[in-house]
Amino acid sequence: MIRLDDVTKLYPSQTRPALDQVSLEIDKAEFVFLVGASGSGKSTLLRLILREERATSGQVYVAGKDIARLSNWKVPQLRRQIGTVFQDFRLLPNKTVLENVAFALEVTGRPSHLVAKVVPEVIELVGLAGKEDRYPGELSGGEQQRVAVARAFVNRPSILIADEPTGNLDPHTSVGIMKLLDRINRTGTTVVMATHDADIVDQMRRRVVELERGHLVRDQARGVYGYAR
Amino acid sequence: MRISLVVSEAATGLRRNLTMTVAAVLVISIALALLGTANLIRQQINEMQKFWLGKVEVSLFLCRDIDSDRATCPDGAITDAQRVQIQQDLQELPQVSEVFYESKQDAFERFQEQFANSEIADNISAEDLQESFRAKLVDPENDYNEVASAFEGRPGVENVVDMRSFFDTVFNVLNGFQVGALGVAFVALIATVLLIVVVIRVAAFSRRRETSIMRLVGASNLYIQLPFLLEGAFAGLVGGLLACVALVVGKYLLIDQLFRESFAFNEASWIDWSHVLATCGIVMAIGLLVSIVVSYLTLLKYLRV
Repeated sequence: MIRLDDVTKLYPSQTRPALDQVSLEIDKAEFVFLVGASGSGKSTLLRLILREERATSGQVYVAGKDIARLSNWKVPQLRRQIGTVFQDFRLLPNKTVLENVAFALEVTGRPSHLVAKVVPEVIELVGLAGKEDRYPGELSGGEQQRVAVARAFVNRPSILIADEPTGNLDPHTSVGIMKLLDRINRTGTTVVMATHDADIVDQMRRRVVELERGHLVRDQARGVYGYAR
Repeated sequence: MRISLVVSEAATGLRRNLTMTVAAVLVISIALALLGTANLIRQQINEMQKFWLGKVEVSLFLCRDIDSDRATCPDGAITDAQRVQIQQDLQELPQVSEVFYESKQDAFERFQEQFANSEIADNISAEDLQESFRAKLVDPENDYNEVASAFEGRPGVENVVDMRSFFDTVFNVLNGFQVGALGVAFVALIATVLLIVVVIRVAAFSRRRETSIMRLVGASNLYIQLPFLLEGAFAGLVGGLLACVALVVGKYLLIDQLFRESFAFNEASWIDWSHVLATCGIVMAIGLLVSIVVSYLTLLKYLRV
């Protein structure tokens, strides 16, 4: 589903590459934790998959396509196959839960009858049934993140990318979000999650990829967060 | 693509950014109105040239009774013999292609026509006006001096007037206005461009949340950019409309109400509404084009897609 071949990413004003010759393959329907200290290159890796950045050298394949060769106007097509969730939720404060989720479909030009049908289903899937008309400000952090997950998933993407989705949440709420991501993963969606949350990684027992200063230092099936904590 | 959503996004942007948008619209309208004015002045010059040049190049005004106090007419009114002789001589000159004679009665009729709505016409009789010969030259650029010197100071000729030089002054003044209008229009256009850049930049900044989410969920570039382009286009369009209103009002007040009364030119030498309409079209097209292009270039710089 996602493949990195010898990928190096050097940001213009820096001397040390953010990613240094990283090769990685993630299969369809896998659940992968991306761990490592701040500045280890996790976010850069995610941004490369989204084609927010281009690799300095090496190839990034998403859904079988070399995304460096994707012309600019085809990038939106790529992003429609990838759902994204962030630490800071990124909801629109002046739109309700329903509108926030519907936004993702509307701006990609889906017909309104489809929006009307799909959005309530997804809101129910993430456990927010009954809160469709609330505004983000009226929701707890956990609930807001559920809205963000609903928005990321409403397009039924084949890949879900989560950049520290539990970073702003307490442990109990985090577990709820992880259960949700697990459910989404079980529908056949590939999930790549960057995190600092050791407990979650240890509990989930999924594949763990560790980056350190831009190098891939560990790739472990059913791994734990780290040896030396 | 759902057009209603795009339009409502653009409307929201305009409302949020109202003061800047109003400023941009006003400056655009000033720039466009001045551009239109310059264009109309150019057409006005053309109309006058079409009508006047090539009609008469030299006018020989003949002496009246009341001119006996003038140096050129010591004997008072021109005699019939003198008039016949002058006409004959004029026609024989190789530089002259055509000669018209305008009698006092002709002059009086033309005068009545031109000042039809004015009180002056009531207080003047045919006797007060000068009869004249109007000559068309083969080569108006070069022949004037020879013709003029042949008739200046001749008994019965009060005055020889080079109509071209008279109209040249008029045209020079008009040209001056045209250049002035163009100059200010140019400065205003630069201000317009800068203002549109700011408007679009502020709009892009105030909607960066929406646009970043649009980008993440895979909205097409056009869909993300379109609301901003519509904002720019709207400013250009409203500015163009205001400029048109200014041109229409200007033409009515200045030409129809003021100049027609003050300058007794022939009707055909004034620009008419078709000129104003055509200029309006040009001005609106320029307004739209400039605002859309500038908006787009601004987006390339300030809106990631």
